[in-house]
Amino acid sequence: MSPAMTPSEQYTNEDRGMNDYNFAYLDEQTKRMIRRAILKGLAIPGYQVPFASREMPMPYGWGTGGVQVSAAVLTPEDTFKVIDQGADDTTNAVSIRRFFQKTAGVAVTEATTEASVIQTRHRIPEAALRVDQVLVYQVPIPEPLRFLEPSEVETRKMHELEEYGLMHVKLYEDIAQHGAIATAYAYPVKVEGRYVMDPSPIPKFDNPKLEMAAIQLFGAGREQRIYALPPYTQVVSLDFEDYPFEASKADHPCGLCGAEDSYLDELIVDDAGGRLFMCSDTDYCAARQAAGHRGADAAPVLEGMA
Amino acid sequence: MYVAVKGGERAIDNAHAWLAEERRGDASVPELSVAQIREQMTLAVNRVMAEGSLYDPDLAALAIKQARGDLIEAVFLIRAYRTTLPRFGASRPMDTGTMACDRRVSATFKDAPGGQVLGPTFDYTHRLLDFKLAADGEVPSAPEVADAEPSKDTPHIMEFLDREGLMQRDTDTSTPPRDLTREPLELPATRDLRLQALTRGDEGFVLGMAYSTQRGYARNHAFVAELRIGKVAVEMDIPELGFAIEIGEVELTECETVNQFTGSKSEPPQFTRGYGLVFGMSERKAISMALVDRALRWEELGEDNLGAPAQDAEFVLYHADNIQATGFLEHIKLPHYVDFQSELELIRKLRREATAAQDAPREAAE
Repeated sequence: MSPAMTPSEQYTNEDRGMNDYNFAYLDEQTKRMIRRAILKGLAIPGYQVPFASREMPMPYGWGTGGVQVSAAVLTPEDTFKVIDQGADDTTNAVSIRRFFQKTAGVAVTEATTEASVIQTRHRIPEAALRVDQVLVYQVPIPEPLRFLEPSEVETRKMHELEEYGLMHVKLYEDIAQHGAIATAYAYPVKVEGRYVMDPSPIPKFDNPKLEMAAIQLFGAGREQRIYALPPYTQVVSLDFEDYPFEASKADHPCGLCGAEDSYLDELIVDDAGGRLFMCSDTDYCAARQAAGHRGADAAPVLEGMA
Repeated sequence: MYVAVKGGERAIDNAHAWLAEERRGDASVPELSVAQIREQMTLAVNRVMAEGSLYDPDLAALAIKQARGDLIEAVFLIRAYRTTLPRFGASRPMDTGTMACDRRVSATFKDAPGGQVLGPTFDYTHRLLDFKLAADGEVPSAPEVADAEPSKDTPHIMEFLDREGLMQRDTDTSTPPRDLTREPLELPATRDLRLQALTRGDEGFVLGMAYSTQRGYARNHAFVAELRIGKVAVEMDIPELGFAIEIGEVELTECETVNQFTGSKSEPPQFTRGYGLVFGMSERKAISMALVDRALRWEELGEDNLGAPAQDAEFVLYHADNIQATGFLEHIKLPHYVDFQSELELIRKLRREATAAQDAPREAAE
């Protein structure tokens, strides 16, 4: 670029392409700042580390925290997978996958087992993850106490003092009013007996999977927080002895692959309100169908077409 | 039988193509140039620069064009671009006393050194639609001073009150200001951070907050001591040279308010100050900012917390940014069916149990 040009001339004249950006979009200084936050998060599992979140070229609320964490951990050798609601082909998953294809040129996959870094919104994949994988969560509100106490100053103090009585009272009031804990997603957990943590808005069905072999990183862009779970960290869903935590799902098998153990989406398939239940994890469902499993609503396999 | 829905990729591509076509509008109408927007939509350009925190009228005009005139979307484009720019240094503090004022008014003194300069203001226009503009927009040029003297420094009105000791002094802590865009916002926020958040905050939000103080939610009796708009030189120290050089100039709007202060046990009554400084010609924003700044200072001035929204720094600072706000607000249109599904199951279960509990005693009675 000639030094005489103003930035705007550079912009309009050269039609700045994505190639002009650093690997995985963020500059190395920013990545270093994010990596520091990640390391601190891993050292203090469940603790929310403030970080200087950047404006990303997608809106806050679209996964900017997860995108920044992914950008900081991705290397050119990685294979990247993105899911939203468990599916690889939801529009925002497509958009984020494309972003990293463009800015990092990394290999992408829809197969959970082939991915080294998986970015997710609202789900944990059904297939058990391995030690050589990283799961990156997009987090809207990282503070599990936020809806009980709106002030960040107050909630940080509550974490410092391990003052979680308010949360237990809330769960107790649920039971008193509804006969059950009325939290179905973003169900709070306690990490290694210390920090109460928001697992991001995953259905509580996924909570038991939070104790896993892979590294789990949580990024909240707008709220400027990163937190983490190292492999095999103890993660306990909050409950009471007489009202134990229960991971629930729709009481059906998958209509496409017949799986009985996976989390299901409910679809309205006709004007009469007919319902179909199918795996939310599209890779899991497709792999089962490829292996010959068939649910009650699956299209029949035509002779000679398989 | 059911075949799973696919096609996110194609839908996105087609949506983008349609968006581009809609942006252009009717192709028989000439296309707007970036220069036209920059020159004729100046106040929109100024707002985008202020809330985008990037002084570049060309880029702001481009962003407005690309955003189809949605100014928050344009601010977003500028912010996303700005964050990728390398930082090679910081300017010297700007001296607004050297401003070449296009407009300078005081509501507290009828006249003062430097005079009252009305400048290009809407203030005394009658808001009547000018149908001549619809036909042809040419206007006769404004009269100019025959041989204008080179502009001199214009002293701040506040200085005159200052000399009398009537103004509460803002002390220089001599710590370099922190950068809201490079560090996470942590509370309690110092005034430098609060002012940064306000100057890039949403104009509508800051206006609403300021207005609430006027209507009695932490009323602080503001007078506009001075409002000035004009260009100020930006200087930067160049280590290799060992001195500062001028690297350009920016247009700014500065507002200083004088507010009542009844004094405390240790301090006799004094006036206090609210401060607003915004890129471009952005009067409404600068005045609003000054009022909210003053309201947020209640603690350091030893005033009572009246529980007003404009006094709550956490409330104001966390909700002033329209890019954060619009992102989080609009994200609820993204798929949430996994969470909704878990809620569906929970509510069905709770209803089942509730209905069973209602029916049970009746059956027992029968």
